[in-house]
Amino acid sequence: MNTKTINTIEALLFGSGRPLRISEIRSLLEFDGYTAELSEIKKCLNELETRYINSSLEVVEIASGYRLQIRQEFSPALSHLWNERAPRISKALMETISIIAYKQPVTRGDIEDIRGVSVSTQSIRSLLERNWIKVSGFKDAPGRPALYSTTKEFLDDLNLKTLSDLPDLPDHVGNIVQDEDHQTVPQAV
Amino acid sequence: MQNNTQTQLEFPTVMGQPYETIPDDLFIPPNALELCLETFSGPMDLLLYLIKKENINILDLDVSKITDQYIEYIDLMDVLQFELAAEYLVMAATLAEIKSRMMLPHDIHEEEEDDPKTSLIIRLQEYQRFKTVSEKIAILPRVDRDFFLASASLPKIEAEKKDIQITKDELIAIFHEVINRPDLKSNHQIDFEELSTQERIQIILEILSKRNVISFSKTLRKTEGRQGVVVTLLASLELAKDGHLELIQNETEEIFLKSKGAIS
Repeated sequence: MNTKTINTIEALLFGSGRPLRISEIRSLLEFDGYTAELSEIKKCLNELETRYINSSLEVVEIASGYRLQIRQEFSPALSHLWNERAPRISKALMETISIIAYKQPVTRGDIEDIRGVSVSTQSIRSLLERNWIKVSGFKDAPGRPALYSTTKEFLDDLNLKTLSDLPDLPDHVGNIVQDEDHQTVPQAV
Repeated sequence: MQNNTQTQLEFPTVMGQPYETIPDDLFIPPNALELCLETFSGPMDLLLYLIKKENINILDLDVSKITDQYIEYIDLMDVLQFELAAEYLVMAATLAEIKSRMMLPHDIHEEEEDDPKTSLIIRLQEYQRFKTVSEKIAILPRVDRDFFLASASLPKIEAEKKDIQITKDELIAIFHEVINRPDLKSNHQIDFEELSTQERIQIILEILSKRNVISFSKTLRKTEGRQGVVVTLLASLELAKDGHLELIQNETEEIFLKSKGAIS
C-alpha cells in the first residue's frame, strides 16, 4: 500500500461518476499496471477515509460499492447552488415504494390490496424511471402480472448498503394499545 | 424540511393562514378542502386520519361515528374531485355495511368469520404499518436532497500514440487474410428446396420394403449432386430417429440403412 495506489483509487472514485466495487477498482488498477489484493484496496479505502477526516468529503459504502460524498453538514451550503430542488416524492409514491421494498417481489395488485387504492401506471413508471424499482419477473397467475423489486440504486440513493438497513417494519399492532385497562386511553396525536 | 411537509399534511394553509382544525360543521373554504384531500393517499389514509383525530384506538373503531364523518368528506370530495371518488366510495360502502350490520340485533345476526369490521381493522392495521414505515423512509437522507455526491471533472486524457511497428511480411499476410476473409455479410438468395426430405423418406421406405439393407451411396442419384446427398442423409436421420431404420457403419466407412421392420 503506497501513496500512489491510494491516490489512484481516489482519482478513480472522483472520476467514475458512479459507485465502484472493490473488485472493479482492482481490475481498473490492473489496467494501470498494478496488481493488488482486494484486502489491500480495502485498506487503501480506509486510509482515504482517514485522510478525509478533517475535510468536507467522506468515503461511503453503499449497495453498489464505494463513492465519495460531501458530508451532509455542507448540504445547506450546497443547496443554494441549484435553483431546482430535488423533485418531491408524494406520500402515495412513498407508500408504494415502501410496500415494494418490504414485500418484494410484488405485483401492482399486491400494492393495491394494502393501499386500498389503484396504483397508477404513472406512479409505477416514475419509480421505474428513477431506477428505484425493476421488473424482476412475472407472476404465474392470470394475466402474468409483472413483479416489482427494488434496485441497488434505491438503496444507493438513500445511502444504504442493504435492505436490512431500512427502518424496521412496525408490528401489526403498531401503536395500538393492547392492554385491556388502557384501551380507552386516548392516543397522543 | 421533512417536519415541514409533515405539518402541511395535517394542517393545510389557506391564503397563507394555517388551517389547524376542521370545524365540526365542516364549513371549509373549497380551496382548503382540495388541498387537504390531496394530501390523503387514499381512503385508508383518510380513515386513519379520522380515527387519529378522534383519539381512538383502531380496535375500538366507532364505525357509526367515523362513517358519518367519512361520508361528509366524500360528499365534499365528490364536488371537487370526482375522479378520486370511486375508491373512496367503496370504503364508504364498506363502512355503511358495517354500520348497518351493527344496527341489527345481535341474536339475529350470526357471527360470521369474515366479519367486515374485523377485516377492515386488519386492513387498516396492515396499511398503517406501511404508512408508518414509508414516513420513516421519506425522511431518510436522500441523494441530491439531503446529501450530495463528490465528483471531479476528468483531466484531459491524452491518447497514447504508438508508432505502428509492422514488417512487410506481416503486412502481406494481413492483406491476404483480409482479401480471403469469407464475405459473411453478403446477401444470398434462399431457394425452395427442389428435393423434399419428406419425399425422400417415402422413397427410402419403399426401397427398404423391398430389401432389408441398402448402402447409403446406392440410395443416391448422381444427377441430384450434393443436394441429393444432404436430402438423403436428412431423410435417413429422420427415419432413424423415429426408429424405422438403423444406421450401420463398418470399416469401409460406407453407411448402411437397415430396416427395423414394422413399416407400414
